[in-house]
Amino acid sequence: MSKQTKTTRRVLAEYTYEPASVEKGYTGQTLYVNVSEHTIAAKPVTDVMKDKFIGGRGFGLWLLWHGVKDETRWDDPENEIVVSSGPCGGTTQYPGAGKSLVVSISPLTNVVVDSNVGGHFGPLLKFAGWDALEIQGKAEKEVIVVIDGSTGRITIEEAPDVPVDTHLVGHWLINDMAESEEDRYYMSVISAGTGAEHTRMGCLNFSLYDRKRQAPRFKQAGRGGIGTVFRDKRIKAVVVKSDPVRGDSNAPADPARISRAGIRLHKEIHGYDNEQCKMRVTGTSYLVQIMNDYDLLPVHNFRFGSHPDSPKIKREVWEDYFTQGLPDGCWYGCTLACAHAVDGYTVRTGPYQGEVVIVDGPEYETIAGVGSNCGIFDPEPILEINFYCDTYGIDTISFGTGTAFVMECYEAGVLDREKTGGLELRFGNADAAIELLHQMGQDEGFGKIAGQGIRRMKEYFVREYGADADFLNDIGMEAKGLEYSEYVTKESLAQQGGYGLTNKGPQHDEAWLIFMDQVSNLLPTFDDKAEALHYFPMFRTWFGLCGFCKLPWNDISPPDNKYTDEPAKIPEHVQNYVDLFSGVTGREIAKEDLITMSEAVYNFQRVFNIRLGYGLRDHDDVPYRSQGPVTVEEYESRTERYDKQLQEVLGLDPAKMSTEEKVAALREYREGQYEKLKDAVYERRGWTKNAVPKVETLKRLGIDFPDVVAVVQKHL
Amino acid sequence: MIRVNNRDEIEWQDGLTVSDLLERCRYTFAHIIVKIDGEVILPEEYDTRVIPDGAQVHVIHLIAGG
Ligand code: SF4
Repeated sequence: MSKQTKTTRRVLAEYTYEPASVEKGYTGQTLYVNVSEHTIAAKPVTDVMKDKFIGGRGFGLWLLWHGVKDETRWDDPENEIVVSSGPCGGTTQYPGAGKSLVVSISPLTNVVVDSNVGGHFGPLLKFAGWDALEIQGKAEKEVIVVIDGSTGRITIEEAPDVPVDTHLVGHWLINDMAESEEDRYYMSVISAGTGAEHTRMGCLNFSLYDRKRQAPRFKQAGRGGIGTVFRDKRIKAVVVKSDPVRGDSNAPADPARISRAGIRLHKEIHGYDNEQCKMRVTGTSYLVQIMNDYDLLPVHNFRFGSHPDSPKIKREVWEDYFTQGLPDGCWYGCTLACAHAVDGYTVRTGPYQGEVVIVDGPEYETIAGVGSNCGIFDPEPILEINFYCDTYGIDTISFGTGTAFVMECYEAGVLDREKTGGLELRFGNADAAIELLHQMGQDEGFGKIAGQGIRRMKEYFVREYGADADFLNDIGMEAKGLEYSEYVTKESLAQQGGYGLTNKGPQHDEAWLIFMDQVSNLLPTFDDKAEALHYFPMFRTWFGLCGFCKLPWNDISPPDNKYTDEPAKIPEHVQNYVDLFSGVTGREIAKEDLITMSEAVYNFQRVFNIRLGYGLRDHDDVPYRSQGPVTVEEYESRTERYDKQLQEVLGLDPAKMSTEEKVAALREYREGQYEKLKDAVYERRGWTKNAVPKVETLKRLGIDFPDVVAVVQKHL
Repeated sequence: MIRVNNRDEIEWQDGLTVSDLLERCRYTFAHIIVKIDGEVILPEEYDTRVIPDGAQVHVIHLIAGG
């Protein structure tokens, strides 16, 4: 670890306050910080905010809507980063109840991005007196923001000798500010890194202090480049400190009701996790082999869904790497404890070569993204990339999918050594991928271009190298400007919609329908798919309104779930969430209300995108690589499957067709299916054929505010 | 012939167990529910429960991922 010197801190602005106490999950106040004007202020939480926007992502969207103009772009000073946990965030009796939600206008998509992240920041922010933190402005010089709920003091400070990369700044500030060992437990730092400022794919790291390891660890708000916005505002870190967390810190209305739900889930996890997903042992890494077995693991830029070398990066490999037996929850009370880490990793390359560090993860998305998708079937470089992505503040998913695209371009002759500055970026070349990452961290070479993300790389390669735009649009796995997360969707029309018919772009946290659709065949009609693409995105949105993690909903299930009518929804857990929300807030709800609460926020976000100049039908298009085989090689790798479809569905005779003709016929059919899916889903969601929420939908949801209606009316 | 998930026709053979079927379909995911003609089969019966010819089998994979 780099040596920590004495820290010089110069206060630019100061605000003192009496921390509001939490009542039924809310403090009733949000914190506004403007780093240009050095303004710090409290804002009240209104009834409309609580009734319609609930908290978390809902509060973020509401505050952002009122903070920006129609023409605001990601790097304008008025763009904001809003962090909020939600009313249930900070509950310690139920697993997965401490998430933070972050929203901002994204440098990748130019629309609003939301990211759900672990770590302790959101709950501690609440216990320091604030339901949300809204950061606006762009500092003249690098700053840190410190929110100290113990002393009731907030400062914007210059701290010139504080480093930028996450594994350094996190340790540094906690060492500098904690007055006792116990202080460290109740501090959390948000940081990004040098890579975030040189790319558009910057992530934010949210720390938690790991008592067993006696060190901070970091969870990532990865998607959409919010770390890039953070560094563009010249913020090195935001620190929060609160009084010690107790079991009743969130002051729920009915603690016994919450405890009962918690006990039920703790028992389930204890009894069944070992025979279900083994989250406590290997976290989400169990998915690698499963996805490979079902031909869903992205390999070589999503060309294929499996690879014979995938066992080299499967769960058992990571089980040996992860330190076992530690309570790896990312918030107190999470007994599903999937947030594993590799301890004592010696960094092999780059500026931190030789340092011994903790690597947080890797999780499935990282293993699949920087591993199989780039043809890297070796755990060591995956760990190296995982560490550097986090400390440089770069999203592992965008890096992985972006690098896979670069590798395919290299192998297809769009790029060569001259264009990449000597990097031989072929599939499987881990050293080149690591070097590319360092270039992003240091703003050098080809890393400057690759760090802009796939959408801008495509434009650059066409403009500068005369590349074929159609080919790049087919193979570049981005939609709305955001890189795909790591699942192959070619055989699941519903999941093509799960990625495409979204607000923020192709991230699986809106809907993951592949098993329901492709494997279990539970969604055979367009109406079935549309219903699923209504229900699941709304249900998952709800987690982000309240401060919940999605994993304890369906990566564990009760043994009698199999006897229920709708086992895919895990009805007992849905009831738990009803109990938790009502038990915390005192507001009685039914399970149907979860959906309508989310619908209001989801539709508001759609309107927000339209307001910013996007959010219409054409913006929901997806690259053909996500729908079917682009190349002859891809088709011929699964000839039997595709020929069968041509024969049975289209009535064609594959024996009489060339592979090129078969590729074209399949494509015409599949693209047509996707357009039909759009129509069905928009209708189910109460939108026009151009994906605009209808006024009657806004009225039904109670979000027909004049400025919201004015946005949609321009498109009706 | 048996029909799996209302779609896939699988050739029936004498003594075909649930485990045999899962292996044949490469259904390796542990978090599943198996029904034969609407009856839920418990995991401890997968090795011994024989699937009759003409059966409608459902292998429902619970959602995972992300
Ligand atoms: S399930 Fe995993 S990601 Fe979710 S809160 Fe628990 S430890 Fe964190």
